[in-house]
Amino acid sequence: MVAIKDLPLDEKILKGHAACPGCPITIALRIALKALGEKTMLVIPASCSAVVQALYPKTAFNVPTLNIAFEASAAAASGVSSALKALEKEDVLPVVWAGDGGSYDIGLQALSGALERGTDFIYVCYNNQMYSNTGIQRSGATPYGAWTTTTWKGKEEHQKELAEIVMAHHIPYVATATIAYPTDLYEKMKKAKEMKGPRYIEILAPCPPGWRFDMSKTVEMSRLAVETGAWVLYEMVDGKMEFTGYSKRLLAGKKRKPIKDWLKMQGRFRHLTEEDIEEIKKEIDAKWDYYMKIYGGNEGGK
Amino acid sequence: MIVIDTGNHIAALAAKMAKPHVIAAYPITPQTTIVERLAQYVENGEMDAEFIRVESEHSAMAACIGAASVGARTFTATSSHGLLLMHEMLHWAGLARLPIVMVNVNRALGPGWNIWSDLNDSLSQRDTGWIQFYASSVQEAYDNIIQAYKIAENEEVMLPAMICYDGFILSHTSMPAEIPEQHEVDEFLPEYKPAWKMDVEKPATHGNIVPPEYYIQIRYDMHLAMERAKKIIQEVGEEFGRKFGRKYGLIHEYRCDDADYVMVTMSSIAAEGRVAVDRLRERGEKVGLVNLRTFRPFPREMLKYDKMIVIDRDISPGLGGVVYNEIRGNGSEVYGFMAGLGGMDVSYKDIERMYELAKQGKEGLYPLEVK
Repeated sequence: MVAIKDLPLDEKILKGHAACPGCPITIALRIALKALGEKTMLVIPASCSAVVQALYPKTAFNVPTLNIAFEASAAAASGVSSALKALEKEDVLPVVWAGDGGSYDIGLQALSGALERGTDFIYVCYNNQMYSNTGIQRSGATPYGAWTTTTWKGKEEHQKELAEIVMAHHIPYVATATIAYPTDLYEKMKKAKEMKGPRYIEILAPCPPGWRFDMSKTVEMSRLAVETGAWVLYEMVDGKMEFTGYSKRLLAGKKRKPIKDWLKMQGRFRHLTEEDIEEIKKEIDAKWDYYMKIYGGNEGGK
Repeated sequence: MIVIDTGNHIAALAAKMAKPHVIAAYPITPQTTIVERLAQYVENGEMDAEFIRVESEHSAMAACIGAASVGARTFTATSSHGLLLMHEMLHWAGLARLPIVMVNVNRALGPGWNIWSDLNDSLSQRDTGWIQFYASSVQEAYDNIIQAYKIAENEEVMLPAMICYDGFILSHTSMPAEIPEQHEVDEFLPEYKPAWKMDVEKPATHGNIVPPEYYIQIRYDMHLAMERAKKIIQEVGEEFGRKFGRKYGLIHEYRCDDADYVMVTMSSIAAEGRVAVDRLRERGEKVGLVNLRTFRPFPREMLKYDKMIVIDRDISPGLGGVVYNEIRGNGSEVYGFMAGLGGMDVSYKDIERMYELAKQGKEGLYPLEVK
């Protein structure tokens, strides 16, 4: 495992970007680009990332960046990938950098198509569990009970699991990460970079204004999501699943922290009743029971 | 060499001979036989291109935008609802100033399902910043595709181009077409040198948030490029004429010199209209015909005839014929007919009848309102 002091010093995210204080997107992209390097072309749909680049004619992203319509990033990246092949520039890697709205919802068809076609690219979904850019609306990734500006009383449905939908495409690499574990994120990006074909990485991205927590707590929020089992770190290489970091310890039997600890830090869950919290706990238990059954081997974690 | 084949197969041949690096396409009737043939060319090794078999037309255009942004020459083809699904990305390609070339085989829109010719699909893409060519024969379809690349890729233009022709009437009808040798096409259409492209050596951000003071300039530049395209289309059309013997401009005039009435139309109705003009001339009528080769840029200043009869294969509900309304202010008497919607046959006899009706001061939807 690489040490944080050994990450490349070269910065592809320049000073003066327009992200909110405490935003996990630029933290994640900074680490990702340290792994991916200068021969990267970003494709970015409508999203917070389209905004934080800074206004034309300036940019804070020091790699070629193509902005594209909300639902079209995976398709545009297909075109970039094919053109790089046709023009014999296969040392350049197209990378989609999309939010959960652009991936779980409006961009799902293009993503599925690109994966099924074996497109040579990395697709990154940074998941802040809502439409943050348009002002905190519910997405397919919003968890049960969460307040948003289109679910004022809390979302009545559970989120779907895009990474599992992606796994059904049987692509070479699927991984999850979060910014509380930067070296885990870095190593997954690095591993993905060395592979060919479609590679998917989903990063949990706690959004301070959207989740209603203090901007100084982004890293804690990311870490606690993993420690409570609400977010799971793993990678699947050619169909072989392996849990990583703290999630690996949970799978091995370490006790998960109470989900309540994570929920109570977030204003979006402030209205939850004990029954709501029990509903969320049941969902997380069920998820981990499934992991234990399929990938584990003991009863640990509960 | 004379080749006798369908409009779609000839269009596929033109696309092949233009040597695009990337093709991204999705099937839709009546366009499908273009992409079938192109897939075959690529699989047989007759064509050195990446073929992306996308999951929708929206993705086809998005993929072309991605590919063109890296500096590739691109091609796609669609029809009707496929073109409508692309609409958002058509604007994107136009504003990004990417010289993507696309064939649109004109087909009516649903509901109910109708697969026959009607120009409302492409005419409703009027403001997307795409150059629009309309062909009245298979030969013109071939010639327009080859020229479209040269025009779109011209640094003074840098706009995407759409080549339109009627579903089934041209797409599935075998007609003879003169096909040049590959080396002649290569001489006419050299390798694409993009005015801008994404490059890891020169990282730049394309399409990020643009404040109004820059946006207005970008939008205006697109308009100016379309105006400049008028000159480039004529220059390229003349060069094509010198090389291949078939000269092109923005419009094609047929027996207009001493005409009292000039019929204005486009697509295959123009071919039928030329037959009607010959027959009317035999009867002593002083009538000519103008075929609009381009709808965007619109050659308004060239349509300065006193009395015009415009035949639209389209309808803008609440306004009338689209082409008619573009030029109704140009002459002292301009009559508008809408005919052939949803593939209704428009024969030279119908066109002769519309001429007679116009002379009586009548106009409207033929044959429901006037006949």
